[in-house]
Amino acid sequence: MNEPAGHIVKSYEQELKRLADLMAEMGGLVESQMALAAQAVVQQDGAAAARAIEIDPRVDALEREVEQFVIRLLALRQPVANDLRKIVAALKITSDLERIGDYSANVAKRSMILAQFKMPYSLTGIAHMARMVQENLKAVIDAVSETDAAKAIAVWRSDQAVDDIYNTIFRELITYMIEDPRNITPCTHLLFIAKNLERIGDHATNIAEKVHYTATGETLPETRPKGDNSPYAAIHTP
Amino acid sequence: METAMSAREAAQAPPVPRIMMENLHFFYGETEALKNITLALPQCQATGMIGPSGCGKSTLLRVLNRMYDLYPGQRATGRVMMDGENIISPEIDVNRLRSRIGMVFQKPTPFPMSVYENIAFGVRLHERLGRAAMDERVEWSLVRAALWDEVKDRLRGPATSLSGGQQQRLCIARSIAVRPEVILLDEPTSALDPISTLKIEELIDELKTDFTIAIVTHNMQQAARCTDQVAFFYLGELIEVGPTAQVFTAPRQRRTQEYITGRFG
Repeated sequence: MNEPAGHIVKSYEQELKRLADLMAEMGGLVESQMALAAQAVVQQDGAAAARAIEIDPRVDALEREVEQFVIRLLALRQPVANDLRKIVAALKITSDLERIGDYSANVAKRSMILAQFKMPYSLTGIAHMARMVQENLKAVIDAVSETDAAKAIAVWRSDQAVDDIYNTIFRELITYMIEDPRNITPCTHLLFIAKNLERIGDHATNIAEKVHYTATGETLPETRPKGDNSPYAAIHTP
Repeated sequence: METAMSAREAAQAPPVPRIMMENLHFFYGETEALKNITLALPQCQATGMIGPSGCGKSTLLRVLNRMYDLYPGQRATGRVMMDGENIISPEIDVNRLRSRIGMVFQKPTPFPMSVYENIAFGVRLHERLGRAAMDERVEWSLVRAALWDEVKDRLRGPATSLSGGQQQRLCIARSIAVRPEVILLDEPTSALDPISTLKIEELIDELKTDFTIAIVTHNMQQAARCTDQVAFFYLGELIEVGPTAQVFTAPRQRRTQEYITGRFG
């Protein structure tokens, strides 16, 4: 159901618009934060890492602003139906975005530590994973601003590929560590970087679920299709 | 696990309809005010009727207790089934029907008599009760209408000296005094302050244990707060009916959504 007519109360319509603007601003910030973090790792770009970390407090501040604004809207406007869904979803989406910002900052910090090591491992796999997560994040942020259920479902489904590539990277890194204990420190950081990227992907699917609910009023099933569970496997050295 | 499932299923099973309207049409002369309404009022639940002025929701209440009989040129077709009887058929004893289906109006309408007599008057039309039985009935009605504590020391005082909220609860007490099965409320709180309004809403919750309730209201939040299902009417048509929580979070029809969110064009 789209909204052909504006709200009869113009100030309410303006407040809903302001909420959408705040969400768009936060989404844009987090998107660039994640892009900088990926660049920091893949191109060993210390300046990009620093900028990704700098963005974080602004993301946190926006989250608090949205939270206060949503509480105000709930108290004063008593929204129902699609307005209610949109406002409640905004509250939840911003906390997902804030987490994504934290993970991005963490990736950026680890990239700075990695710069002190000679890289034993090709970054192609991580670069590929980062690109996929970035695309999903961008798509889901677009889905938020357009309240587009179809786009949201596409993101929700495509997270499977991110999980698969994460599992591959996990296995590879373990192998490197087994081969030479000197790899353990850089590979552990890479492992956490991959894990953080994977978590960003999960938060993007969370956001996709909220968008779908906002658009349709229906919740997506609890379980997404999941791939293999090798990250949970016990690995024994020979 | 299995019993939990079946209990949940039982809770979700559609409640028994106390009144079932089927293909109901209503005419003011040539004007068709209700168009092909099919709607159930589930037993011991509150049904909210919402919609813009002139959508037919008050007309629907008037049909249910045959108020339109008083006016020439007004007629209903279709069926309104209650206990296997079509209550809009001419054979129905309208006085008996009105004792089974009580009605409360927008403005409190106390009779210019004592509090006690306001209630006893209606009861005498339908039943012969001794003095003690009548006292008991008056007290029971006032207790059920959450008014007893406020008026028990002034039962012989004039009803018109009560506050607006008290008068409205008196009207509710009066309508439940004849022990109806269904209570129709036509914007019962539109003339009341917020606290009196909440008292009436609390009362509706209480009354649901014994009575089936239909309430017409322009106050969306009121419909959300105190009904189990909501029916949205527009231009004499029933656009959507569903569980209240569903209608206010995810209405199925676009017109319902536009109306309840305030975007009605």
